This record gives sequence, structure tokens and C-alpha cells, in this order.
Amino acid sequence: MTSSTFETRSDLWQRIKSSLVYHSFTHNRTAMASAAVLLIFMLAAVTAPLIAPYDPWDQTQFDIMDSEIPPVGSEGADDRFVLGTDAMGRDMLSTMLYGTGISIAIGIFATILQCLIGVSIGLVAGYFGGRLDSFLMRFADIQLSFTTLMVAIIIIAVFQATAGLKFYNDFAIIVIVLVIGIAEWPQYARTVRACVLAEKKKEYVDAARVIGLKPMTIVYRHILPNTFSPLLVISTVQAANAIITEAALSFLGLGMPITKPSLGSLIRNGFEFIFSGSWWITAFPALILIVLILAINLLGDWLRDVLNPKLYDK
Amino acid sequence: MQQPQPNILLSVKKLNKEFNVSGGLLDQLSFQHGKLIRKKQSVKAINGISLDIVKGEALCLVGESGCGKTTVGRTIMGLLPPSKGTVHYRGQRIDNLNRSQLLPYRKHMQMIFQNPYASLNPRKTVATTLLEPVRFHFPEMSQAQQRQKVEQVMESVGVNANWGPRFPHEFSGGQRQRISIARALMVDPEFIVADEPISALDVSIQAQVLNLLMQAREDRGLTYLFITHDLSVVEHFGTRVAVMYLGRICELGITAEVFSSPRHPYTQALLSAIPKLGQSNLGRKSKHIKLKGEVPTPINLPSGCVFHDRCPHANQRCSNEIPELNNTSNGVQIACHAVEENRI
Repeated sequence: MTSSTFETRSDLWQRIKSSLVYHSFTHNRTAMASAAVLLIFMLAAVTAPLIAPYDPWDQTQFDIMDSEIPPVGSEGADDRFVLGTDAMGRDMLSTMLYGTGISIAIGIFATILQCLIGVSIGLVAGYFGGRLDSFLMRFADIQLSFTTLMVAIIIIAVFQATAGLKFYNDFAIIVIVLVIGIAEWPQYARTVRACVLAEKKKEYVDAARVIGLKPMTIVYRHILPNTFSPLLVISTVQAANAIITEAALSFLGLGMPITKPSLGSLIRNGFEFIFSGSWWITAFPALILIVLILAINLLGDWLRDVLNPKLYDK
Repeated sequence: MQQPQPNILLSVKKLNKEFNVSGGLLDQLSFQHGKLIRKKQSVKAINGISLDIVKGEALCLVGESGCGKTTVGRTIMGLLPPSKGTVHYRGQRIDNLNRSQLLPYRKHMQMIFQNPYASLNPRKTVATTLLEPVRFHFPEMSQAQQRQKVEQVMESVGVNANWGPRFPHEFSGGQRQRISIARALMVDPEFIVADEPISALDVSIQAQVLNLLMQAREDRGLTYLFITHDLSVVEHFGTRVAVMYLGRICELGITAEVFSSPRHPYTQALLSAIPKLGQSNLGRKSKHIKLKGEVPTPINLPSGCVFHDRCPHANQRCSNEIPELNNTSNGVQIACHAVEENRI
């Protein structure tokens, strides 16, 4: 007998290339364009310290005398600042590169946190059922009855008041990730629970029980991998939502501090000057935010379609 | 009845299983004539089944849909807790053990499932699925030994070694069922519950899988509890047969005896329903027995013998008293008052 039984198929790339998802991706222009936009934004955000002309977090690098310079092409523009400067004299391009990074990071980490909490609770509730399930799901219902923004506003306002604004400004990104992560877990919990309820009736779960595996092993090793498709789809929605929530919080003055601005705090920052003619301070970050959210949502739509088995035969 | 024989592998005594169908406490409450009444309903899937499985035999459990065959198999395997009654394996009671206490028995008892399309995890390769029980039950083996064992079993059930890295969706039903059988055989069990393992397969594949199971029984000295509704399979495969109706066993005995001279009225009706070739309408010995009515709901069981309101031989005693399985002259056990009283 050969040893081929236990070989994993080494050429993973070949498998991806022959998969349905890959085929659909390469035949869907919207998906490819969204992915390209998202990739460019992420690359730009990651490499921001290298490609940005200035460091917007370093207050010694900007001068108040450079404030509110319009972008190149307008009257009074300065070649040093391609997209103009904000009210503090910061280069808009550099600030937006860093801000995009912060927004995307909050989106990703908040989604990961939601996913961890929600998936764990959903798996336990779905698999063990009974009173535990009722308790956890009613808990999720209660959590859902408060909107995320309301929970976030209350927690952050209390945090700012008790810990002090300076302390908050230092740890703002962590606090925001925690608040958005904790407030949105029921979305994941419900989705996963519904999947588990469908999966646990299948005979492969019985087979695992007959082998004698621990319930937790069955849940994590057998059932969880079969819930990945819907998880992937809601992850895109949730990541976009987290970025929007952070932007909304920042807009209300409860998000990222202006010294380390996200896209949301940039929009808010510029909003004060929009009627004095300095439209670029708000318009550029807003445009970036819209394109970013749109790209994520379009990618999510495509993913939902391609992972829906009912659409295969069409 | 008799002393526990040393060769009895598995013994089920007065097994009962009820499923609650009335929901939670709030669903059970209702108003009737201005009074708050709590109503509890349950499906009585198994109603006092006792049977012994002797080492080396292939006991077939037959009956129509919904008579509780599968529930018996799942209760024996510990997938469902019994409502009443006991399950003994080699004299040790196993129905009240928890998961970790059951572990030693998991090596001896395995199960093959009905639907090969659902019984393999779609996200795991064949090799992963087959390695899992070996890794879990033989952690003392080296990885090379574990792999060797998997390859041996795969070869013995006709699973190609090249199938290892592939996923279940790449296989046909018959191939998948072979993989399921291989998984069950991985831990070297001595007793296997096969829950309609061939009913989801093509007829041409059924024979292959059936022969594979018979081959495995010879090679490994397996004992089967074979759950099926296919009477021709029973005749071919089973050494003994237990006929179930509405959660009770009505006739239990050597397959050849039961098939040649069925005595319980339900068994007679069931066996007369087997289509036969080569019998002209005029000259046939046994006419097709048509039962009146339908199978009663297992929520409200008939009193006495569960079969009495459809039985052509029923009398007053049948509707009052539940018949027990009694030995008859040819060794077949029958639960019927009429047979006991020699009325039929």
C-alpha cells in the first residue's frame, strides 16, 4: 500500500484555482473591483508610515501657519500638500492614510472580538440546547434591544468621565474595539446557533458521539467548520458595520481623538469648517469612508451569493 | 427466565423510550371549561422491549416505518437515554453511564448509519475521518502504527488508499457507505448496530455493501443488530429476526423458522406482503393478508396488545392484557394471547 492515503494535497493553489468560489470570483467584475479597492486601501494603510509624506501623529511636523490650505488645483494651493491641510495644518493625505488604517483596524479587530464571543456562545447554545440555550438567547435578545450606538455612547461617556480624557485618548482604539465587539456579538451567536441546530441533527455528529468524543471536541472540530460559510458572509457585513459605528462615534466626539484621527474623526473635524469654504477637510475622508464601506459590502454580497448552495444550479 | 448465558453479548430489558411532544411548561397549559389544565403528551416510541443478542449472530430488527426500530438502536448505543429499562453489555449495565464511563464500551460497540450523505463530515477528508477514532482510542500507538491500522482497515473494506486526501462529496453513496463502515471497524468492535445501512443505496450497490458486512462478520467475528425494513435482506442476512410493531416485539426467533411458519398475526400479515415471483393467482398457498385500519398513533397506544384492534383473532383478553414474549415449541418467542391459548 502506498503512503498516498495521508498526503494532504500539497498544491493548495491548484485546489483554490479549481474551486467554485475562485471561478465565480474571476467571472464577477464587481467582486474583483471591490477586492482590488479593499486591497489597495489595506496596503496603503499598512504602508502608511512609509508612503505618507508627513507623520500626522507627530505634532512637531506640522505648522498652524499651514492650516486650511486647499488641495492642488484650487486657488492658494501649496505643492507640499497635495490634498490640502486641515485646521491644524496637517497634511490631509498623510492623515487620511493613517486614519484609514485606524478605521480598518477597528473594523477587523472589533469583528474578530464579536466573532469569538458570538461563535462560542452560539455553539454552546445550539449544541446543548434546553435551558442554557433559552438563557443565552434571551440574553442576546436583551443585548439586541439596545442599539450598538447607545451602548457605545453610554460606556464611552462613563469611561471618559471616570478615567479622564487623557487616559481615554491613549487607549481609545482598544476601548472602541471592546465596546463594538461586545455590543454586536448576538449577530454571530444567532447565526451560529441556527447553523448548529441544523448540523447537529446530521448523522456525522452521531458518529462522532458514538466514537466517544467530548462534546466540546465535537462542537469545535466537527460542527464549527460546517458553519464557516454563513460566518464569512456576516463577517463582511459586521466589519463594515463596525467601521461605520466607529465613524459615527467619532462624529459624536466619542471615538478616536483628533490627535490620532480615524476617518470618522476627520469628517467631524472638518465639519466645523465646511461652511467657511474648507470643504476638503470633510469631503475627502467621507469619500474614502464611502468607497471603503461600499467595497466591503459589495464583496459581502458576492460572497453571500456564491456560498448559497441554492443558487448553484441556476 | 434463565441464567445469563456467557455468550450473551448485549441484553436489553423492558426498555421504554418516550419523547415529549407537548413542548415546555407554558405550551402544556390550556383552559378547559374555565379550568387551567396541564396536558403532557409523549410519543411512546418503545414500549417494554426485552431481547438478548448472542455473540456472533446477526439479529435483524424489522418493522414498518415509525415502529421504533431506529430508536432501539440509538438507545442501545447510548445516543438516547432510555425512559425506563436497562441495557447490559456483557453483564455490565451501560445505559446509566456517562460519556467517560462509556469510553471502554465505545471500542466494542459501533454504529453504521442510514444516510451515507450525512454520516460523513463534509469538511473532513476521508483520511481525517478514519484516523479520528484510531487517534482517540489508541493514543498509545505511534503515528505510523495508527496510519498502518487505518490503511489495513481501508483495504479490508475495499476503500482505495488513494481516497485518503479526498472529501466525501467526491464519492458515490456506496463508496461513502464503505467509508462509514471502515470508520466503524477502526476501533476493532465486536458489536455493530447497523441502522438501515443499505436503504439509501442503489439496489445494485445494496448487495455489495451487504456482502461486505457479511464478510466483515466472518473475518472479525462481529455481532450485528441489523435494523431494516427490507424483508428480503433479513432472509439473506439475519440469523435471527425480531419483528416490531408499535414499539413492541411481536415475534422473535431463528430467521428460517419465522419466515417459514410465522405465527404472530402481524408477522403473518407482514410476510404475506412480500411480493413473490412464479406463483399463479390460482395455485398460491398463502393469500395476501389485508389488515384493517391503520397503525394507531404512538401518542395514544391501544390498551392491552398494541395490535388488537387490527388483529383478526383478537378477543376480550387481547384488549385488556399486554401479551409477553413466550417461548413456543420451535424456539420462536411470540407475544400473542391467541398463540398462547392455541386459538391460532
